[in-house]
Amino acid sequence: MSDASPRGATTRWIEAVVPKVVAIAIGLGVWELVARSGWRPAYVLPGPGPVLAQLGRDLVSGEVFAAVAITMRRVVVGYAMAILIGTALGLLLARVRLLRLAIGALLTGLQTMPSVAWFPLAILLFQLSESAITFVVVLGAAPSITTGLLSSFDHVPPLLVRAGRVLGARGFGLYRHVVLPAALPGFVGGLKQGWAFAWRSLMAGELLVIVGAKASLGVRLQFAREFSDAVGLLSWMLVILGIGVFVDLVVFGRIEAGLRRRRGLVVE
Amino acid sequence: MAAVDGAPVLRLHEVDKIFGLGPQSVIAVRGIDLEVRRGEIVVLLGASGCGKSTMLSMIAGLEAPSHGTITAPSGRTALMFQDAALFPWLTVADNVEFPLRMAKVPRAERRRITAELLAMVRLSDFAERRPHELSGGMRQRVALARALAQRAELLLMDEPFAALDAMMRDHLHDELERLAREAGFSVLFVTHNVREAVRLGDRVLLLSSRPGRVVDEFAIDLPRPRRIEATEVAALARRIGDRLAAVGGHHE
Repeated sequence: MSDASPRGATTRWIEAVVPKVVAIAIGLGVWELVARSGWRPAYVLPGPGPVLAQLGRDLVSGEVFAAVAITMRRVVVGYAMAILIGTALGLLLARVRLLRLAIGALLTGLQTMPSVAWFPLAILLFQLSESAITFVVVLGAAPSITTGLLSSFDHVPPLLVRAGRVLGARGFGLYRHVVLPAALPGFVGGLKQGWAFAWRSLMAGELLVIVGAKASLGVRLQFAREFSDAVGLLSWMLVILGIGVFVDLVVFGRIEAGLRRRRGLVVE
Repeated sequence: MAAVDGAPVLRLHEVDKIFGLGPQSVIAVRGIDLEVRRGEIVVLLGASGCGKSTMLSMIAGLEAPSHGTITAPSGRTALMFQDAALFPWLTVADNVEFPLRMAKVPRAERRRITAELLAMVRLSDFAERRPHELSGGMRQRVALARALAQRAELLLMDEPFAALDAMMRDHLHDELERLAREAGFSVLFVTHNVREAVRLGDRVLLLSSRPGRVVDEFAIDLPRPRRIEATEVAALARRIGDRLAAVGGHHE
């Protein structure tokens, strides 16, 4: 029980932060060593020093935020659509058994399809446009959300459903008050996986589908390569890595930790 | 001891339950006739596989009988399992409140009833805790309060104390006896523990296995409150246990 813990908030904060700082330090150290070993010349593989300096300059000038804004707008739109479509489809398949038998295998197939492989078709259908990117992001993320929802329903303990029925929950009430709350952790797991697919699809899309005058993260990365700007390239990669880690650890990490703690699924 | 009056709360008439079809079908229970009167505690005693859980499911309305009729208080039949089956995402108080919410009882009244019930099972201090923070015995008491929140006339209990240690079980026997008298509900209690049956029952019905049928009945006239280790309880339990072994059931 958390309130019985003798450890103070400060101790816990240090325990949470120190390992991460150490991990970053190790990463930077290895990078520095490889850069200095002379394996590749510095104009191809610069060390962390100049890259971090470049990142600092881009942060101060606001270029990073402009690029992040364009990219994040896309991922938010695509991910939101994927959540809507994926959830609606999941609920439908959960209710209609025949449909699930028919479409279930197809969904698994869709999930194994690398999303980059959708881009040629997306470009044919939508030209080099925002819609092409959104199309692929949704196709990448929605199947994970649907299968996550379905498997979370499958794993609802039958005893809880029985208890709910005996206690007077029927029809929609049974869904609303028993099945959905019981399925929530699995659904969040599906959302997390969907996010990972959305983010990967978007990065692939931004490298392939370059929409005029929109300096997104992918575009900055691509241009840095074309201008042989290794320092810029690596600093944009750090930005992309940072966003991915932030969403995964901070956003989903907190939601999941909260769910697990409240349900007693975590050993403290 | 409160009066057991004559009015039956539950009546089963020639109830059969058959699972499956044709040569692969299994007769779970056959020709069950039984009555539980108001305020009475009736114990069904039998080995596993005698269809006890199936009978409770049918009485609770979760399954339909294949033949025969069941007359039970509709909507006022509560069922407790060996597992407390509390909802882990709700606090203790919200778990107890659950059947009241389903019955659309107004919020203020829900709160009042929940507080009363938690006091009755002596868990008022744990209202805002989560189920996982409680011991097994406390969880079963929450489940009991939740069942009582349905204002049940009939409480069906499917080996509810089987997973608890002996001391907690003794304690919950006392609690159940007290609550049944105070709130005036009837109990149909399933167990394979003969002493528990004698400790609790006004009547004990012996069930045979495959198919489950009522093969004998014992009226327990020992004065209450009874102690499970009392010699009269042990003596009667031995007699019933021998009879149970004779009809092909095993017992503790």
